[in-house]
Amino acid sequence: MANNSNKTALAAPAPSFWRDPDKRAIVYQALVLAFIVWLLYSIINNTATNMESRGLASGFGFLTSSAGFGIISTPFVPYTEDSSYFTVFLVGLVNTIIIAFVGCVLALVLGFVVGISRLSSNWLIKKIATFYIELFRNIPLLLQILFWYSAVLKPLPGPRELHEAGETVYFSINNRGLIFAEPMGQEGFQYVWYAFFAAIVVSWLIRKWAYARQMQTGEQFPNFLVSLGLIVGAPLITYFVMGRPLEFMPAEMSRFALRGGVTIIPEFVALLLALVIYTAAFIAEIVRAGIQSVSHGQTEAASALGIKPTHRMRLVVVPQAMRVIVPPLTSQFLNLTKNSSLATAIAYPDLFSVFAGTTLNQTGQAVEIMAMTLAVYLTLSLLTSAFMNWYNSSIKLVER
Amino acid sequence: MHPVKTIALSVALAATAGLAQADETLDAVKSKGFVQCGVSQGLPGFSNPDDQGNWTGLDVDFCRAMAAAIFNDADAVKYTPLSAKVRFTALTSGEIDVLARNTTWTMSRDADFGEFIGVNYYDGQGFMVPTNLGVSSAVELDGAAVCTNTGTTTELNVADYFRANGLNYTVVAFEKADEVVAAYDAGRCDVYTTDRSGLAAQRTKLSKPDDHVVLPEIISKEPLGPLVRHGDSQWADVGRWTLNCMINAEEAGINMENVSDMATSNDPNIKRILGTDGDLGAKIGLDNAFCANVVAAVGNYGESYDRNVGPETALKLERGVNALWSQGGLLYAAPQR
Repeated sequence: MANNSNKTALAAPAPSFWRDPDKRAIVYQALVLAFIVWLLYSIINNTATNMESRGLASGFGFLTSSAGFGIISTPFVPYTEDSSYFTVFLVGLVNTIIIAFVGCVLALVLGFVVGISRLSSNWLIKKIATFYIELFRNIPLLLQILFWYSAVLKPLPGPRELHEAGETVYFSINNRGLIFAEPMGQEGFQYVWYAFFAAIVVSWLIRKWAYARQMQTGEQFPNFLVSLGLIVGAPLITYFVMGRPLEFMPAEMSRFALRGGVTIIPEFVALLLALVIYTAAFIAEIVRAGIQSVSHGQTEAASALGIKPTHRMRLVVVPQAMRVIVPPLTSQFLNLTKNSSLATAIAYPDLFSVFAGTTLNQTGQAVEIMAMTLAVYLTLSLLTSAFMNWYNSSIKLVER
Repeated sequence: MHPVKTIALSVALAATAGLAQADETLDAVKSKGFVQCGVSQGLPGFSNPDDQGNWTGLDVDFCRAMAAAIFNDADAVKYTPLSAKVRFTALTSGEIDVLARNTTWTMSRDADFGEFIGVNYYDGQGFMVPTNLGVSSAVELDGAAVCTNTGTTTELNVADYFRANGLNYTVVAFEKADEVVAAYDAGRCDVYTTDRSGLAAQRTKLSKPDDHVVLPEIISKEPLGPLVRHGDSQWADVGRWTLNCMINAEEAGINMENVSDMATSNDPNIKRILGTDGDLGAKIGLDNAFCANVVAAVGNYGESYDRNVGPETALKLERGVNALWSQGGLLYAAPQR
């Protein structure tokens, strides 16, 4: 009791409201919040009033009306001219995600190769990498997209120069795209998938076992080769055991073009080439910076311990460099995703082209469509960021 | 540029308060001293800049005629080149005063985007194919790849036509007309489709124009005309009567050369058209001699047609349905009385 009263006596008298920094901060924050709310309200209110005074309809009802136009490539989403504008939205979304995902993966691989080559001790390789980086990151992307489009399109022959009408074709590259026979799984093909997934699980178990054994005995196990053999071999053996349950449906040459089969359109190839080559030049510089940020002493120490050069890079340098590489790498992935909206220049049906372009023009619902499009790019970017942040924290230096 | 432009226009629409109320456009135009006219990004014969940045064409002549009617100065026009995609947003957001951009008059556009004030070219959608394809009719085009523009009625018409005839097709849709032409020229498509006037215009840009043939089918009605924002009937009248004036002048035989002599004519119809009798111009907020000014500056409709798209130009388009009603065509302007 005595202790308690002693404490109260020692405490300073409570300061007046305005002199208490905590309370003042609350007032300031409330003011800022009120200002932002007012700003949002007036923007929304202004928009609504202006739209009403100009007789512009608002709302999302247009999403259910039928679109009435054709789209060149609609992977995974069944689409006809009778489909709704919402289906158009999905088609655009899928096309955007495909180009962004494939683009990010390939740009990462190419960027790593070029970045490491840039530091190579081989003069020729080093100069080629430098030349590549300086050339491609200094040319505007839109120009590169248009260049690759004509570079892909111009030298290729037309389908009529290659095939006779009525001919069945299993594989063809022409100016309508890369066309190959469509593989159709027959009865029993599902076992090939089962074998594939089983092989992945077994490889993972082997990896765990090999790691534990190496920790205990120091003996190494050829992890990679065994896993590769399993993942490729197991489905292949199953495939032959099941009596090759896969049929290839060839494309057929009509009077003008190939019908059927799977088509990868030249617009996709051109856009992918441009995005990958452009972004990889930036990623290469990020990788180089990351590797150079690892002190040379680390390399020397690894050499002194007798670690072989390939392991030195993979096990000592790169893991430390990753901490520097990942944050700017995230920005490059985000850039690539957003840059994919330049597809509209070469008729690749991405979200910006078919939804924020054609649909906007047919319906005139500018505010709603732009809001939806912005929301999609924002969501994709935030998802990429979230994934990369998770990855970044998982490779953080563990301090002991 | 286009993504940026589209977003900028949407934001402009969202952020500008209280622009262009009813019956204000004419006053606003008079006080700023010029007409802001939305045109294409380059369509020979309709609206096309030369290497000095001077615009010419049938649509451009309409913009110049409006300037002549308002200011008696056909050069008081500023042009905003617009893609098919952003043209209506530019009009509804108030960025331009009038849209003269080879735009098809349809019911939904009339309801959604603005008021069409007439037709300055009767067109129809057609197909162009390379001659060596050996196609003589559009119904043979089963399985063909078709190049076209996004954001146009063309894109919808071609879908309708191929579906109605049970034909398969692949559509390759670009944003700019130049990109469509380049892709068609490179062999990306078998067919190029747009309005037939557009085919004639774009054909001049191909590497070998003579190796291509326009098929006989006309798959749609495409009445092309200028439009203005909804809700300002005075401004719509200015546009409508500028266009009617050019057509009526041709019908009455008034042209650039004789317009000053005609002022002394005793024909009551000509006197009303030229404003030497009555106060028709003043009724819509213009000078009574507005029509005389229009004809003196840009000529009558026939002169404008011959200068921009007629048989003597690279487009080589006969008058056809665009002749006066008295000569077997469809041009029939309401009388100025």
